[in-house]
Amino acid sequence: MAQLISRLRLWRGAVLLLAGLYFLVPMAASVWFSVDDVDGISFDAYTGLLSAPGFTDSLVLTLELAAVTVVVLLLLLVPAMIAVRLGAPRLRPVLEVVCTLPLVVPPVALTAGLIGVLRWGPDHLMDTPFFQTFVFVQQPEFPLVLVVAYVLMALPLAHRALDSGLRAVDVRTLVEAARNCGASWPRAVLSVVVPNLRGALLNAAFLTLALVLGEFTTASILGYQPFAVWIYSVGNSRGQMSVAVSVLSLLITWVLLLLLAAAGRERRHKTATA
Amino acid sequence: MTTAPTPVPAPAAADPSGGPGAPGTATAPPTARPRAGRRPRGGAWLATVPLLAFFLVGFGLPAVAILTGAFTVSSDAETGAGSFTTANLTDSVQGAYWTALLSSLKLSALTALIGTVLGVPVAQAVLTSRFRLLREAVLTASGVLANFGGLPLAFAFVATLGNAGELTKLFHLTDHGWSLYSFTGLTVTYLYFLVPLMVLTITPALEGLRLQWREAARNNRATTLQYWRYVALPVLFPSLLGGFVLLFGSAFAAYATAAAMVGATVPLISRQIADALSGNVLVGQGNLALALSLDMIVVAALVMAVYLPLQRRSARWLS
Repeated sequence: MAQLISRLRLWRGAVLLLAGLYFLVPMAASVWFSVDDVDGISFDAYTGLLSAPGFTDSLVLTLELAAVTVVVLLLLLVPAMIAVRLGAPRLRPVLEVVCTLPLVVPPVALTAGLIGVLRWGPDHLMDTPFFQTFVFVQQPEFPLVLVVAYVLMALPLAHRALDSGLRAVDVRTLVEAARNCGASWPRAVLSVVVPNLRGALLNAAFLTLALVLGEFTTASILGYQPFAVWIYSVGNSRGQMSVAVSVLSLLITWVLLLLLAAAGRERRHKTATA
Repeated sequence: MTTAPTPVPAPAAADPSGGPGAPGTATAPPTARPRAGRRPRGGAWLATVPLLAFFLVGFGLPAVAILTGAFTVSSDAETGAGSFTTANLTDSVQGAYWTALLSSLKLSALTALIGTVLGVPVAQAVLTSRFRLLREAVLTASGVLANFGGLPLAFAFVATLGNAGELTKLFHLTDHGWSLYSFTGLTVTYLYFLVPLMVLTITPALEGLRLQWREAARNNRATTLQYWRYVALPVLFPSLLGGFVLLFGSAFAAYATAAAMVGATVPLISRQIADALSGNVLVGQGNLALALSLDMIVVAALVMAVYLPLQRRSARWLS
């Protein structure tokens, strides 16, 4: 028995060690690569970022896109999901299909479809008022077409996050209680249901944010330059800087996720003691 | 639902006095309120309209564009622009495009298989570990790394194993014939986000394996190997297959990593679509990108058709 246990520990240790090596070495090597210089260690790749041409513009554009995507996504999805639970259960399968279908279409294919639609503008609708809409969604200062693509790509992720949140609270009882106390419909949903979903909303928002920050496919094919596309163009000329940005982006994702986990734990703790 | 017969004076009584507390009375006129009840009758579906409308326009129109475009002659053709054709589709499964599709399928299948085989032991090792902190750390890390696709991943691997990468320089790997910009290199890179994805997917299933099953097997003198062969693996099978298919789908859809890393040395269907979209096709093949997209969607749809029932089934099993 003791032999078995020690053998098990050995096996487990070996697996964890190998996995640890595979996952930690590229990170360590990236950090080293980004500070490695002919004469020792230099942080130029990091300090030079702020002054690099296009850095601020692309970062601002990405953050704007992320903010708008998160807001649009939640405004569309949350009311629909709550309504389906409260009063329109027959629409539930429809909602699930809507939130699953984007998984079937890879980002590249979605982009191809979007380009196909955008081509209709100049091809067929030149003389109609619709043409202005086509111009509007493609304006380079704020390409709304990217928001459409990102909302679609984030739908499955956000749906799953919100669904697990909604499962954990009894929405119907909460709303009935609020209504019995004289709250109006919007008030019942906004000040009773939504606060109970704080964790799930945060989760959905975070996943969407991570998706938009790293999205490259659609933006690069459509020819816009948010952050990920900028990194790519920098990578061609200044390899060290692109690795530095990769390290930073990994760090930022890490910190955000840890914060999220900490928030979740605190909440769980609170409800457990209450 | 069950509260309807109970006389509740609150809504009607609270209405005149509770004005400040209920600013949104516009949803129902005061006289109708007691009867409007605590459930929205018929009105609830209105809240789903914005999402469905957005979906119809944002997703439906591109889908229509792909379907119609894949079957029509493109506008840059010399004759018959706009008429029905299957030439786009037959072109999309021939020559270089067929090679790219096969190569994509091969890469996805191989990485998904390796990812599944490697992910399970890691998840099991982490789960059975005595250190709770290690467990939480690994699961959090898996969450980060599973989303660590795309460009940063490519650059991290170029810095590690690329031609000027740190490990390559340290061990003189190029002298041994190593190249990151190859099928093998791409496989090693993809595993970096596929293994964590597998760990995340399979952990709930492994947690669902009851200790009693193992004890029962041992009481019947089963060896560890026999336990895994006859008890654990059959129970895990739907989850394993589901995980494999999910990994396959992720690898198949990936674009940025390969685009930034290997360029054209490894032909992949996602890169061919991007190329075709930027006008890199023969005259008259303007709609080829749409036909290629349709090919890709068909594969992805098959993948999902396997994955979703499996996921539902394993969820039922392990609850």
